[in-house]
Amino acid sequence: MDSAPVLEVRNLHTHFFLRRGVVKAVDGVSFALRRGEVLGLVGESGCGKSLTALSILRLLPQAAARTIEGSVLLDGEDLLAKSPGEMRAVRGQRIAMILQDPQTSLNPVFSIGNQLHEALARRPDNTGRSLRERAVDVLRRVRLAAPEQRVGQYPHELSGGMKQRVVGAIAISCAPEVMIADEPTTALDVTIQLQYLDLLKELQSSLDMGILFITHDFGVVARMCDRVAVMYAGRIVETGPVREIFDNPVHPYTQALIASVPKLRRKTGRLRAIEGQPPALSDLPVGCRFADRCPHAEPRCLERYPEAVNVGENHSASCWLAA
Amino acid sequence: MQRYILQRLVQGVILLAVVTSIVFFVGRMTGNPVDMMLPEDATEEDRQDMIVRLKLEGTVMDQFGVFIVDAVQGDLGTSIRYRQPATDIFFSRLPNTLLMIPPAMILAIVMAVPLGVISALRRGGIIDRISATIAVLGISTPNFWLGIVLIYLFSVTLGWLPSSRMGGPLNYIMPTITLGTFLVAGFMRLIRSSMLETLDSEFVKLARIKGVSETAVIWKHCLRNALIPVLSLWGVFMGGLVTGAIVTETVFAWPGIGRLTYEAVIFRDYPLLQAVIIMDAIFILFINLLVDILYAYVDPRIRFE
Repeated sequence: MDSAPVLEVRNLHTHFFLRRGVVKAVDGVSFALRRGEVLGLVGESGCGKSLTALSILRLLPQAAARTIEGSVLLDGEDLLAKSPGEMRAVRGQRIAMILQDPQTSLNPVFSIGNQLHEALARRPDNTGRSLRERAVDVLRRVRLAAPEQRVGQYPHELSGGMKQRVVGAIAISCAPEVMIADEPTTALDVTIQLQYLDLLKELQSSLDMGILFITHDFGVVARMCDRVAVMYAGRIVETGPVREIFDNPVHPYTQALIASVPKLRRKTGRLRAIEGQPPALSDLPVGCRFADRCPHAEPRCLERYPEAVNVGENHSASCWLAA
Repeated sequence: MQRYILQRLVQGVILLAVVTSIVFFVGRMTGNPVDMMLPEDATEEDRQDMIVRLKLEGTVMDQFGVFIVDAVQGDLGTSIRYRQPATDIFFSRLPNTLLMIPPAMILAIVMAVPLGVISALRRGGIIDRISATIAVLGISTPNFWLGIVLIYLFSVTLGWLPSSRMGGPLNYIMPTITLGTFLVAGFMRLIRSSMLETLDSEFVKLARIKGVSETAVIWKHCLRNALIPVLSLWGVFMGGLVTGAIVTETVFAWPGIGRLTYEAVIFRDYPLLQAVIIMDAIFILFINLLVDILYAYVDPRIRFE
């Protein structure tokens, strides 16, 4: 596990420059993803998880969003320094991504085969097979039933779970080094979710990809991830191996998140929720961003932002209490 | 599919029956053509003679009965003014109108698609603002006025273009602009708004994630989806094109269906008016059916069941 990271994000800042001010949606995010590893990026809605992913691919949603600082290293090459043409060669071929909602992520007017061909055609294949054969093959790899028939079908003819398998097939069609999965199972039925997670695991080990797995569900984290990065208000507040984070969470936000996961075996009565709201990203406090929701907050928490400190093996947290 | 077409055809026949009755009764309200056509010194005998010849005997309901019986046999009556079967006159004028509609449509497509797409891509930019201005002008300018202004400018003042009638390619320029302007405006705004909607969708994001080139993202992934609402309005615009042709052909003295309709109204030529309107209705119904069938090819989600 100590190999060099395939993807390393250092001090990434992506802000929205709006007329009413600057929204610091991603504000100093750093993490490293190794080959064959699943890193969970966890946090509540609006904390900057998806924007981090889109910043890596340099596909920011609006003209107003810009990555102003930091670096994104893929095998040591900085993606932020690449030209648009070079970046296009990275997308799909070296970094793939699965989006949240399979119902809307396939183009309704093109056949499944057509949409796969676009991805497959970018990688030369010297086995002499046709695009169609390769499409059938990649659909078989994502365990889609009757792949020969599927290539001619349109998205509306498939169920949500099947569509998400197609999206997965598009993602693996160029054998990427890194896959970003942005809440890939949130829109699926619970039974389908587990099958899909198993599929991702299987694809990961056969292709030796690093997966950046974005989710807000700690149950999914426990099942999928090797390591977890917990994100809050644009920054990563705690990183560590999954077991460590579950057994010994250090940051009060992580503790609160884990406490809010319902447990089947224990009767805990009411679910615990975190009081209050995250701070506005356009008006962030100078100190710890969780301070005004934190039950252990001290005066120094409001004054200065706590730098990340090591609290165990590969386990670090940004909290004054841990220092 | 076949069942769907059959269903649409049955609906079309019902619609035609309604259109026919409206045209018939509204036409009769404009007065009696016999009074207009006879010389002032005509005798009562001449009058009766003409009434019989024009099938204008009895009450309006009686006339309607006679008309329907003839109509279902394909006889829409004889033009009072031309003294020829009304359908013959219609078909002799039809080619002239059919020559005028395609240039107007081509103008609409050639201008509206690129301008609409670019306006959506560069929202608030110069091209967006210019095309918004063109659209407002195009929608709010009455086309008879536009036609007259064009004639004044390019024929009377500059002497560059012929002011009326059919002829060489130059004769097509002003009628095409006059007829096509409202189409350009409508399509351009429609393409712009549906492009904006499509550009925001997840499948466009996924296409970019796949590494599809920006050109293919816009002109393949987005445009194909953005054209679906445009296509569905095509049928509606066809109706506008027919009325637009009436005005344009009248302004430019173009011997087509539009001008024929105008003449039929002016001369109280009921049989001709009825024939023209009914044939127009058939034409519009047919185009709409064609659009619906085409729709299924563009949007695979549409199935005829």
